[in-house]
Amino acid sequence: MLTDALARLGRSGIGAIAGIGRAHLLLVAVLGGLPALVTRPRLLLAQIYNVGVLSVLIIAVSGLFVGMVLGLQGYYVLSQFGAEESLGVMVAASLARELGPVVTALLVAGRAGSALTAEIGLMKATEQLSALEMMAVDPIRRILTPRFLGGFLAMPLLAAMFSTLGVLGGWFVGVGLLGVDDGAFWSQMQAKLDFREDVLNGVIKSLVFGVVVTWIALFQGYDATPTSAGVSRATTRSVVHAALAVLGLDFILTALMFGE
Amino acid sequence: MGTTRTTEILVGAFMAAGFLALFFLSMRVSNLSAGDGADGYALTARFDNIGSLKVRAPVSMAGVRLGRVEDIRFDADTYQAVVTLRIDGAYDRLPTDTFANIYTAGLLGEQYVALDPGGSQDYLGDGDQIEHTQSALVLEQMIGQFLFDKAQEGSE
Repeated sequence: MLTDALARLGRSGIGAIAGIGRAHLLLVAVLGGLPALVTRPRLLLAQIYNVGVLSVLIIAVSGLFVGMVLGLQGYYVLSQFGAEESLGVMVAASLARELGPVVTALLVAGRAGSALTAEIGLMKATEQLSALEMMAVDPIRRILTPRFLGGFLAMPLLAAMFSTLGVLGGWFVGVGLLGVDDGAFWSQMQAKLDFREDVLNGVIKSLVFGVVVTWIALFQGYDATPTSAGVSRATTRSVVHAALAVLGLDFILTALMFGE
Repeated sequence: MGTTRTTEILVGAFMAAGFLALFFLSMRVSNLSAGDGADGYALTARFDNIGSLKVRAPVSMAGVRLGRVEDIRFDADTYQAVVTLRIDGAYDRLPTDTFANIYTAGLLGEQYVALDPGGSQDYLGDGDQIEHTQSALVLEQMIGQFLFDKAQEGSE
């Protein structure tokens, strides 16, 4: 009885570690395809379109509303201390440092990551990947690498759009509706926010999230059990794992970047 | 062919919008446009106590920002704080007897260096030291002094 339980525990542990190993082998293979991609920019273009352009709408709308909510809530707290002028600092700092990269990564994981997993899982289930191999086309280089690079490049641009629209949303609520002084809103923001400390660190964060989210999505699709139930499980796992990885990594990155 | 062209245009617009947003964050939201780095000239000032003054705190005269605190060190011989101020190159006519104070912005705000102009005809240059300084006011010291004075009054 006891040995059975121990064996089950051991099996799941070995399974998890083997999965991590396969994920890293896949990452190495995907990165190995990068040089070959230079000669086929069309493939990359199509993937930036899939991950980036098609995500713009949800990113823009979410950014705007998150910024507007930040403006409302921030005003409510700050006005109790007579510090409404700091609303711009609060909105811009929380967007550039945390909310922009993190919420964008979560939205991209749900909007584009799940689609990547389902697409590749279905390619595997219908043996399109094997067919490519039969034609002496490396499926990792032809299918996975462009998707990986597309996600990596699109993520920081999407996060920047999110933060920008968020700041504008906060400005609309704070200055337009609640009557915070326009000059103080922008000048305090510029005085307190640092380019390297706040904006550049946010971009670095979203680059890391871009790698992690697309990597998990690609691995889950490539590693899926080639049945319809397997693809469905892989898609769920892709979103859950990506969200957990983003939130966990965000804590580590924040501690490294902003901890003194 | 038409769909490829459309994709290209849309991806181009997406990337342009992304870089525009990054540019907006850098220029409009952060302080990149406000002159950063090593332009301007450096002055040093010695304080007995700088309170909670931090690197990058503003340096202002008459309420206008002239530069920022670049470096804070401790002089082990005189037991003083040596503060390096980076002043914008446009403000190169500060008299040599300029007075440097550490004030607090608002009741609970951050501390900054305020300069008061003197009457000298000579101007401070790169690397010069501001001779006249006044330390930060530490609230506990002020309260202690106040209580001490009250006690003195009472005993007279």
